[in-house]
Amino acid sequence: MNFKDLFKKDLRFKIGLIIIVVIVVFSSFSFFSPIDPFSTYYAPVNRAPSLNYIFGTNSKGQDLFWMTSFAFRNSIIFGLITASISRIIALLVGTVSGYKGGKTDSILMIINDSFITLPVLLVMILVAMVFRRLPFFLLAVILAFFGWPWDARLFRSQILSLKERKLTYTARFSGMKTLEIIFKIYFPHLTPIFFSTFINNMIWSLGLEVTLSVLGLTSLQIPSIGTTIYWANQHQALILGIWWWLAIPIIGAILLFTSLYLVTISLNEYIDPRVRAQGGIS
Amino acid sequence: MKKSLVDYVVRRIIQFVILVFISTSIIFILPRLSTDTGPVEQAIGRVMSQGQYIDPQAVEQLRENLEITYGLKGNIFQQYFTFWGNFLRGDLGPSFAYFPTPVTELIFNSLPWTIGLLGITTILSWILGNWLGGIVGTNRNNKWSRTVEVIINGFRPIPHYILALVLLILFSHIFPVFPSGGAYSPGITPNFSWSFFLEVIKHAFLPALSLFILGIGGWFQGMRTLVSHIIQEDYVTYAKLTSIKKNEIFRGYILRNAMLPQVTGLALQIGMLFSGTLIVEIVFNYPGMGLLAYEAILRSDYNLIMGVTIFSILAVALGTLFIDLIYPLLDPRISYGE
Repeated sequence: MNFKDLFKKDLRFKIGLIIIVVIVVFSSFSFFSPIDPFSTYYAPVNRAPSLNYIFGTNSKGQDLFWMTSFAFRNSIIFGLITASISRIIALLVGTVSGYKGGKTDSILMIINDSFITLPVLLVMILVAMVFRRLPFFLLAVILAFFGWPWDARLFRSQILSLKERKLTYTARFSGMKTLEIIFKIYFPHLTPIFFSTFINNMIWSLGLEVTLSVLGLTSLQIPSIGTTIYWANQHQALILGIWWWLAIPIIGAILLFTSLYLVTISLNEYIDPRVRAQGGIS
Repeated sequence: MKKSLVDYVVRRIIQFVILVFISTSIIFILPRLSTDTGPVEQAIGRVMSQGQYIDPQAVEQLRENLEITYGLKGNIFQQYFTFWGNFLRGDLGPSFAYFPTPVTELIFNSLPWTIGLLGITTILSWILGNWLGGIVGTNRNNKWSRTVEVIINGFRPIPHYILALVLLILFSHIFPVFPSGGAYSPGITPNFSWSFFLEVIKHAFLPALSLFILGIGGWFQGMRTLVSHIIQEDYVTYAKLTSIKKNEIFRGYILRNAMLPQVTGLALQIGMLFSGTLIVEIVFNYPGMGLLAYEAILRSDYNLIMGVTIFSILAVALGTLFIDLIYPLLDPRISYGE
């Protein structure tokens, strides 16, 4: 995969990547933050953005610049955790199901379909309510166990089509063992799906994190995009006119999601070999 | 009916039953996995923290009654049995927040609002999304096509909550065009008159708009990709060569073939569409299941949340079943078997 080419030719990839890099750099500022994200009332309350406080301050007396940096860092790590774990599950299930076929396949796919039709938001609400105030990143892991079914099917259908191709027969008749075939031959074909669904899954899990936090169901002390909006709502920021407390996480989130999405669709088009041969979807 | 068609229908219905069974069992097990404070302890903790002296015997009685209410009496197998017994009789227990209203009654009051919002927006966004996607897919070198594409795709990644909040702020707060919540203005009793109908539409407009904007993107993009592959097929080239009218090619050849994966997609998306509706309802205080779930969260109403979740699973599974059952009408290959 030639990223430099993609960067030069596809405007969407360029814009998306640049915005993501900017956001990631911004969230890494939190590693050098002079303040503790859990401390409150160290800055004057409800000041509009100014030279002293670039993003302003909120009703809890916190400097929004550093808080937003922490917020984005935590949310991004959340998304990364969920996406990685669910990729691994999806890959395992999809490969086993696709290669073995038969009864294993049927059983796994029935379980898969049950998970697909679950309205995940409600189940997560139930889980969060029951297990009151889960640790933030544990929630990410739990979410991963609901994010794999869709992509497991993708991996499975790819494996199914690979199984029928000459390269499988050649490999098998040359005496390659099953595991060897899967790792050495199939995986290179699965890598593109792995990466594009990774980002897709990140978008999904970030959206769910924002939603759950806004409903007040996550660790509310940990700054994240969702919890910032939660606290802004709790302190009636809109009515009090503290627009920057809401606007900054919202605009930042929109930028983050849009840039991730741009990268996904440009990667998807690049990966599809038919599209690449045509020089883009035309 | 042909044997293969009956086969297909029977298989789908069995799948439906298994699916509901497995999902409901998962929902049953989840809360019982929590080893520390269960809802009974939480409720008792709340009562005790009020500071009054309560007779220990009364607390024991309270605990027992709560256990029965929450379905936590007996060991896990007895609980499972009681749960299914009650569930099949249509009893999901009383709601704790709106005690003693039964959960089923609360759900049936909210369900029509959610189904109405969800149903109308889904149908509209699916039809329009597919139609626009088809047009843009066939006439791709138009400047309009590119603009439409950018606009529609621009909204896709935005999470439901954020778009709903932005619309609420813009059109209810900054430019007070639309009412900021509810399904109808307080004080009006629901009736089947024209003025009430208009009220409902005025209040439902913003929620419906958010769902519509977010929904249309998916169908649009999917349809466009499908169509861009179909117009390269031989039968379309043949149709063009035999100078069949462009409209007819569009409808009969391109749309009809692209429709099938989109219908499957609809069946698979119902779960996500449902979740999206819930979020939008919460933002706009729309009295559907979403708001019910939110109130339940705020008041730690355990029974209500379980009831709403189970009902949503049922609704989603039913929707999927329904679409799968009308699928043979659209794809003749299924009724002729494999």
